[in-house]
Amino acid sequence: MEKLVQQFPPHREDDAHHGHGGHGHHEPGFWEKYIFSTDHKTIGIQYGLTALMFMLFGFGLMILMRWQIAHPGVPVPFIGPLLEKVLGSVAAHGAISPELYNSFGAMHGTIMVFLGIVPLAFAAFGNYVVPLMIGAPDMTFPRVNMASYQAYFVGGLIMLVSFFIPGGAAQAGWTSYSPLATTIPTNGQLFWIIGMVFLISSSLLGAVNFIATIIQLRAPGMTWMRLPFFVWAQFVTAFILLLAFPPLEAAAVMQLMDNVAHTSFFLPTGLAVGGQLANVSGGGSPLLWQHLFWFLGHPEVYVLILPAMGIVCEILANNTRKPIWGYKSLVYAALAVGFLSFIVWAHHMYLTGMGTKISTFFQATTMIISIPSVIILTCFFISLWGGSIRFTTPMLFALAFLPMFGIGGLTGLPLGFNVSDVHLHDTYYIIAHFHYVVAPGTIFALFAGVYYWYPKMTGRMMNEFWGRVHFWGSFVFMNIVFMPMFAQGMAGMLRRMADGGANYSAAVNSKAGAEVVGGLSNNMMSLHTGILWGAMCLGIAQIPFIINVFWSIKHGEKAKGDNPWDATTLEWQTPTPPPHGNFDHAPQVYRGPYEYSVPGHATDFTPQNEPEGGATPKPISTAH
Amino acid sequence: MSQLHQVEHPVEFKSYLRRCLYVFIAVLCTTSLMIGASFLPNYGWTAKVAMILAVACVNAFVVAGYLMHLLSEKKMIYTLLGFTIFFFAGLMGLTIWAMHDMPAGSSH
Amino acid sequence: MEIPYTSKPRPDTGVYNAKIGIWLFLASEVMLFGGLFSAYVLLRVGAAPGEWPHGWLNVGLGTLNTLILALSAITTLLAWVACKVGQFGKFKFFHACTLALALTFLCVKMYEYHDKWIHYEIKLVDGKFADGHFEGAVYVDKAANKELEEHSFRGMAFSEVSGGVTNNYELVSVTLEGRIVADEKDLMDLRAQKHIEHGKVTIERSQIKHMENYGPWHNTFLAIYFTLTGLHALHILGGSIVIGYLWGPGRKMWKKDPERFTNRIEVSGLFWHFVDLVWIFLFPVLYLM
Repeated sequence: MEKLVQQFPPHREDDAHHGHGGHGHHEPGFWEKYIFSTDHKTIGIQYGLTALMFMLFGFGLMILMRWQIAHPGVPVPFIGPLLEKVLGSVAAHGAISPELYNSFGAMHGTIMVFLGIVPLAFAAFGNYVVPLMIGAPDMTFPRVNMASYQAYFVGGLIMLVSFFIPGGAAQAGWTSYSPLATTIPTNGQLFWIIGMVFLISSSLLGAVNFIATIIQLRAPGMTWMRLPFFVWAQFVTAFILLLAFPPLEAAAVMQLMDNVAHTSFFLPTGLAVGGQLANVSGGGSPLLWQHLFWFLGHPEVYVLILPAMGIVCEILANNTRKPIWGYKSLVYAALAVGFLSFIVWAHHMYLTGMGTKISTFFQATTMIISIPSVIILTCFFISLWGGSIRFTTPMLFALAFLPMFGIGGLTGLPLGFNVSDVHLHDTYYIIAHFHYVVAPGTIFALFAGVYYWYPKMTGRMMNEFWGRVHFWGSFVFMNIVFMPMFAQGMAGMLRRMADGGANYSAAVNSKAGAEVVGGLSNNMMSLHTGILWGAMCLGIAQIPFIINVFWSIKHGEKAKGDNPWDATTLEWQTPTPPPHGNFDHAPQVYRGPYEYSVPGHATDFTPQNEPEGGATPKPISTAH
Repeated sequence: MSQLHQVEHPVEFKSYLRRCLYVFIAVLCTTSLMIGASFLPNYGWTAKVAMILAVACVNAFVVAGYLMHLLSEKKMIYTLLGFTIFFFAGLMGLTIWAMHDMPAGSSH
Repeated sequence: MEIPYTSKPRPDTGVYNAKIGIWLFLASEVMLFGGLFSAYVLLRVGAAPGEWPHGWLNVGLGTLNTLILALSAITTLLAWVACKVGQFGKFKFFHACTLALALTFLCVKMYEYHDKWIHYEIKLVDGKFADGHFEGAVYVDKAANKELEEHSFRGMAFSEVSGGVTNNYELVSVTLEGRIVADEKDLMDLRAQKHIEHGKVTIERSQIKHMENYGPWHNTFLAIYFTLTGLHALHILGGSIVIGYLWGPGRKMWKKDPERFTNRIEVSGLFWHFVDLVWIFLFPVLYLM
């Protein structure tokens, strides 16, 4: 069977209509097939590999920062000389200078969010899986899809190049608050803005494509309420990207003008830089940048989490062998999350001197948005009840997602209340909070997705044993890294300090000779070392995964058939890997997405394209 | 699917030409109204801004309604634009509110 | 399997793919300009009393551009109708009109930009302000040691710090076609001042404290003016390229697939109408208020 499906594309009657080819069974060349492909599956894999590489790079930056925090000013072992050679004086003697630390911090955030998670969760999985799940031949606009990936690639390249320009990469944090972003004397910020414009354009093109695809290309019978939850999640995510990103693009254009044309959009009158009155016309508003940034910034959080929830939902249903509990609640909750995510943004700005009325408004919306999030999580938990759970590697990651996202979400509540936020704002508590949401939350779901859809992409399974090693390593060390940060943050440790607070604590502690309120105790400071080792081990735990991904392409165990997980959704009802065009004719859909263990049915799963009455599904590919 | 296409009203060039003429006259009128309003001597800026924006909205309505066919669009597109307008209003409204609701004695 | 609904509408949604696509894109454009408009509102409301300029832009040119763009929007619609009724000759005519009008719009815009570019404000040593369009400047060529007059300014700004020497040319005096006022605030509301006397004003270098043209750096009004209209002009440029393509090499599709070509004209027309819509708000907001 595998032999058969490798002949791709299978027989087709209408080859001539295709953009490529034209002469019968013309095999596209290497460039057309792998680099400038318009096939959604190839683009999905391109996105996935690029994003994983960026994530590894962002992780590397994090290890370097953790070293600097635990051992301020001490040369980085092994990598230090290399850093000095490549980056020059900012890494003199192989140690990380505060400027370099700031660059790493800003770029770690930017890379992880905009070049790592969003492209992987939204673009990679969305591209590969959504058209298959809804029974579509491709995305609606294949060439726009290719342009989207290329814009992303160029944006990423610009971000990377900015490390090597004089002055180094952007240093003003991933939030790039003005006037700091405009007054730091490096062109890194300029690269950052231009890179962002590319990334935003890429996301916009992707979002248009996803929404149009889901609206227009659903197969016959695939009604809205028969869509797998993953598709719904991607749909809402695409809307968020479509409508929340443009204001940031507007803000980026204005910051670009501030940097290049010396305007004063975000620079107030009387701005002093280095003790001197800055030569600017003034009259601008620094808060304007924050508003426009967080108008994207907060919905972006849901861009990170919703696709992850979608992946988890698919894997839970498949591995509990029972329907998802509360499918409709899930859908409406996801829509509510998407809708509300646009009107909570200023809870990031409680400390900017907002008035009480507006703070109360944003506090209220923030609390309200936690309700649909909890509905989603609750549905997932209840879905486990009474299931005969298969503990496969994807399922382990999906299960771990639930408590990890729970911790991340619930620790967000004190940040949403403006009274407690006054204490917790800009501390390590907030770092722990959003990393719990994104790292053991979203990234676990993404790992789950990789393990789950790998057999569809390659026809081979990933190694289970090393998958489990990867899972337990990641799970344990992830918590060792992030859990202590809650304690540090509550004790008052501020984020973004290049020495991890050593100077600050030493100054306060030495004043009275004993521990003073406000200084950080030695216990708190010593947690840095533990976190550093946790992070190192977390890195080591990823090695089995990396090897597993590449090794299994050729040597993995062959998947049993096209549907190795016995899943119901349409992507498993195609040949493996799906040919160009996915289906020979649109599959007819007869039922909802999670019909597992239907009483009276011969198997414990009923594919969506199986007609009522239990007859065999109408074949939807000639490769069978 | 082709049935639906045939149901569409047959397009007539002349009727469109007439429609375009009306649109252009409307644009001319609203533009001169806006300019006129901005030169009114006895009104403050707030009143003038309100008047001008109201006329601009009428102008926009004519262009969107007749040139972009928004008066006879499909429900899907209305839904989409409804969301957009809501979020647009949220962006403008909440930002402006946040800028005005400030503790006494502070400025942005 | 082919991608369906590329030219025929999908029965349950009633639209073809590209139409959904363009409306989605326009929705994001609404938010893009929404971000800039909210910036405009905040900068304007936040400006100190009397510091927001009125009447700095030429209402006549603005009106002209408004009408040009409205006309071009109408011709795009007619081009689409011409396609719809199968009269390709009419389509070619109306689309050419659109293109010509778009380029005229850009030319007018360019003239306006240039007018701001050569408009200088000079802060004088005695605290007064000279303001007007640049007429000429006298320099000393330090290499040849002789005076010469030039009709363009070397560099964009002049301040005491830089000393007025650019590439060995030392500034001696500047001549503006304009006036001298006692306070910078007198330059803000040009609408309230009925008749402004203009004349040639020559200012010696020793009298200049700071000299700057009306570029985006001059104040926040010009910053938002250049940003908003610049972004809008980029949209016009992009739209012109698309329209030009459909009028030129893209029209081959008419022979092969007239329905799809008509849809393309409709979709590009929707974008063009949106660009017109933005200008309908830009004109009063920047020129009249």
